[in-house]
Amino acid sequence: MSATTANISASEAPWQLPSRGKVGMICLIIAESAIFTIFIAAYVFYIGKSLSGPTPRAVLKVPVVGTICLLSSSLTMHWAIAALRKAKTGLFSLFWFVTLALGAIFIIGTAIEWRHMIYQDGFTIQTNLFGTTFYSLVGLHASHVIVGLIGLALVMILTLLGKVKPAHTERCEVFSLYWHFVDAVWVVVFTTVYILGR
Amino acid sequence: MPRVTTTCDAHHIAPSAIAIGYGDSMPTHSSMPTGRGITLATALPRLENCGTVVRALSSAIRRAPLALFLFSAVVPSAIAASSGGPTSPTNIFAPASTPAHSIYRLSVFELEILGAIFVVVFSLLAYAVTKFRDRNHADETEPPQIYGSNQMELAWTVIPVLIVVVLFLSTAQVIHRVQDAHAPDGKIQVTAVAHQFWWEYRYPQLGVVAANELHVPVSDPNNPTPTYIHLLSADVDHSFWVPRLAGKTDLIPNHPNNMWIDPHETGLYLGQCAQFCGTQHAKMLLRVYVQSREDFDRWVHDQQQQAAPANPDVAAGSALFISKACFACHTINGTIAAGKVGPDLTHLMSRDTIGSGSVPNTPANLLKWVRDPATFKPGTLMPAQDLTDQELGQIVAYLMTLH
Amino acid sequence: MASEAVPLTVHKSPLAVVYEWLGTADHKKIGLMYIVYALLFLVVMGIEACLIRIQLAHANATFLSPQVFNRLFTLHGTTGVFFVAMPILVGFGNYIVPLMIGARDMAYPRLNAFGFWMTAFGGLLLYGSFFAGASIAQAGAAPDFGWFAYAPLTSTAFSAGHTADYWNLSILLGGVGSIAAGINFVATVLTMRCPGMTLGKMPLMAWMNLVLGGLILVTISPLTAAQMMLMADRYLGAHFFDVQAGGSVVMWMHFFWIFGHPEVYVLIIPCFAFISEVVPVFSRKAIFGYPAMVAATVSIGFVSLGVWAHHMFTVGMPSYGNAFFVLTTMVVAVPTGIKIFNWLATLWGGKIRFATPMMFAVGFLFQFLIGGLTGITLATAPFDWQLGNSYFVVAHFHYVIVGGIMFSIFAAFYYWFPKMTGRMLNETLGKWHFWIFLIGFHLTFDTLHIPGLLGMPRRIYTYEAGRGWEIWNMISSVGVIFQGVAVLIFVYNMVASFIKGASAGNDPWDAWTLEWATTSPPPEYNFAVVPEVHSRRPLWDIKHPEDPDWKYE
Repeated sequence: MSATTANISASEAPWQLPSRGKVGMICLIIAESAIFTIFIAAYVFYIGKSLSGPTPRAVLKVPVVGTICLLSSSLTMHWAIAALRKAKTGLFSLFWFVTLALGAIFIIGTAIEWRHMIYQDGFTIQTNLFGTTFYSLVGLHASHVIVGLIGLALVMILTLLGKVKPAHTERCEVFSLYWHFVDAVWVVVFTTVYILGR
Repeated sequence: MPRVTTTCDAHHIAPSAIAIGYGDSMPTHSSMPTGRGITLATALPRLENCGTVVRALSSAIRRAPLALFLFSAVVPSAIAASSGGPTSPTNIFAPASTPAHSIYRLSVFELEILGAIFVVVFSLLAYAVTKFRDRNHADETEPPQIYGSNQMELAWTVIPVLIVVVLFLSTAQVIHRVQDAHAPDGKIQVTAVAHQFWWEYRYPQLGVVAANELHVPVSDPNNPTPTYIHLLSADVDHSFWVPRLAGKTDLIPNHPNNMWIDPHETGLYLGQCAQFCGTQHAKMLLRVYVQSREDFDRWVHDQQQQAAPANPDVAAGSALFISKACFACHTINGTIAAGKVGPDLTHLMSRDTIGSGSVPNTPANLLKWVRDPATFKPGTLMPAQDLTDQELGQIVAYLMTLH
Repeated sequence: MASEAVPLTVHKSPLAVVYEWLGTADHKKIGLMYIVYALLFLVVMGIEACLIRIQLAHANATFLSPQVFNRLFTLHGTTGVFFVAMPILVGFGNYIVPLMIGARDMAYPRLNAFGFWMTAFGGLLLYGSFFAGASIAQAGAAPDFGWFAYAPLTSTAFSAGHTADYWNLSILLGGVGSIAAGINFVATVLTMRCPGMTLGKMPLMAWMNLVLGGLILVTISPLTAAQMMLMADRYLGAHFFDVQAGGSVVMWMHFFWIFGHPEVYVLIIPCFAFISEVVPVFSRKAIFGYPAMVAATVSIGFVSLGVWAHHMFTVGMPSYGNAFFVLTTMVVAVPTGIKIFNWLATLWGGKIRFATPMMFAVGFLFQFLIGGLTGITLATAPFDWQLGNSYFVVAHFHYVIVGGIMFSIFAAFYYWFPKMTGRMLNETLGKWHFWIFLIGFHLTFDTLHIPGLLGMPRRIYTYEAGRGWEIWNMISSVGVIFQGVAVLIFVYNMVASFIKGASAGNDPWDAWTLEWATTSPPPEYNFAVVPEVHSRRPLWDIKHPEDPDWKYE
């Protein structure tokens, strides 16, 4: 087949295609974004429509520490990838561990917040529309953080076993896209829940 | 990789004729000498054995556009035949009220445009598949290869855009006219509450509560007395659709809607619930009685009366109505029965039908209904009460005094 | 299946064959499993349709109880959309697209298998609901609230027991499977093309499956989100669609149709792809206006995301809201029209060979034209106030789904069956199938428009005499007999041809895309040498070395 047109192929640049991993992860992120969009739309639509208390102002405490931790974990994740690309595996494992720790602090903060609301305030998903939308939206995000933490922990274990090499940069980078997405969603969720809805 | 053997003679149209620029004027003719007539003789040699069938089929194929056209002609002619009005009491093309009229005029205008598009595109397609059939299978040269034409793409983009603009503007006008209509002072207000599977009608200004049969006055265009209907639902989604009076509007819990009708002629207008609402969606029928102003006022006056005290002949039935739990769901004004789940029965006998239009309101039907409503409406929420025949007779005798 | 037609395969024990199919990650095997799975459910939904049409053939019929009728139309619709149309189209895409772009598999073979099995279990779960209820004789506890499941019918108050839970979980699983397929299509088309196949040189089918994949990502996900909410309502006592707590049932409508309308394009775009392959090959011409076809497909994808509320013209939106959705919906007619005209121009001046795939494709063109035009009447909000939820709507979408989608799927079967099995489908039987199905289709669905115009709402288990509906319903039911016979001929043809059909060879249709450059059926690795292409029709270039396409593209 190629014999017929050998002359034109010679002048062309080498055949290159987009990274399979990145395309797949971006697709997953698009699908996830659509899911979050629906939950956020429901949240915004139901702001102030609860027929009974408590109101967001009465129970919500702004998770400042958790938010700072989660957002800065994006930065450490970025540095970790940069380190791996330069084959600095020690630095990579340090930053990777910090990312994992920051994410864990966030999720522990959420857990403490929920525990307080459920056991102290008696505020659950059944209480009113606010409870319904709050627990589902924040819970959806938290479940994504947990999935991310599992991934981070797996890579951490492999790193400690000395299996992660600079050759794995692209795979780690694909995973980092997911983590950045989880962080970016938190910015939107935070704005919706703690600024708009409060 | 495996090379493909080609069946083509490999001398087709000269490259200059295939150039993209050539496509701006499409060829309308390609020379095709006559020859053998079996499309896939090479691929399926077995077919030659049943040549008769193939010939019959290929002649059928030749007539395909005609057959298709005949089939499609069924639709418009049938509409024409059935749009006379008398054939169906629920014909959308027999409007009798302003909203239905507005929709009717818009739809005729639109159907004319769409009909024209249909005729043009259908004819072009039919012409293409007949004219450009491969009649000479022996000739294995390929036809001229045309890759496209920007002018033509532009043409069949711009023309549809213009049609869309026209259709949109005429549509927007009708939407505005129907939805944003100004209500005159003489309007009648009705609140319609849909239940599984019946209709409750309240006239807040008149103090009337009715069920399943909506009474409204005829509206004289010079002195309009339209009826504005406030639509509510007690349970699930329903839809109010009386095709000759107006388009449908849904009744949705926690989402009040409004619609209006101004019937120009007296008479009975039929319809039914048009949003699936559960088991007996099919028998949630609508009956709108359009009456002269005098008849309507008389009906209102009658409905405003309380039920007469039960006369001694039916005292037993009246007592059973209370002791057998009927009163828990039904209201009879002037008694302690004040249930809100089922239809108000204060003026039951003023209605032509029972079971939301399911069956005529005759003593026999009433008896069957009270014995077991599922006889007429399986799945209705009204339970059978396990009454003896004697009790049944007494209750029905009482009900028949509720005029 | 594949081992049947390749003579030189090593004999395997039946268990090994089963294991091979259950554990496969080969795109062709998965594609075939999707297709066979969908065909089984097609028969199931066809039987449901027959029962429905028997009940509606005349007024006041008592063949089915209202409860059973409501379950049947719910399952008919749900099955048709999620477990027949979606899997069959994904199956063809799975089989054909990698071959067409010169790849050896999909981008993520194991994700592909995961997607199939999720879809498969979703369908089984839906029918599992039959065994969850009081008694099977009463059609068990199958869901009975219609395929768009308007709240609050799905709430615990109106759907006691587990019917809605089965439906909910099955759609959720099917949705996850579809999203997996969507990711795979996008990644495959973008990252697996053979050397030389730039985006502008992909076959239209690859383009359309790319748009399909993208559309799945942004449309199935909202449905998945809405199902999560429904699940939270039913299991956790949340109040998303709970009117008692101030919730909104209209929100469910919005969320459902944000999925539901683009879903229509998810179903029709792969069919556009089939037609865009079949029409050129059997007209012996290159597709007319390739860039316009691509642009039209992409713009349909985008515009379709902004039209959902045309399913809600009767729920009481403000007049400007209705007008907005009228406009967006009508705009879809423009790119759709471009497609029809490009197919027409492809036919024009060709040498049309009426083999069975082409007959179904031409049937598609005529019927899709009519289905599109009746769609415009429904886009006109005031007209929709009359037509919405009537039998006119039922007729319209069956015109698109049967007259459009089914016809193009049949075209695809006759076109690619030789590639998948190595054997031709019998042309004579194929033509009988076409003509009988055509007659049945028009008898059933042309006539169904009329009761809609005469005020017959959909989803009623019976109707009153004297409304002018009887004759049309009777003709419509009679048409089902023809359709049933035609489908039986088709099934017989597939089985018989699979066993003893004529050998297909690599390229029975003298076609131009890469799947015809390999053996029929293709080996597991598809191509011994990864091909290199220079135009949209690589096989044309080989067959016409003196006049290759790449000179003009």
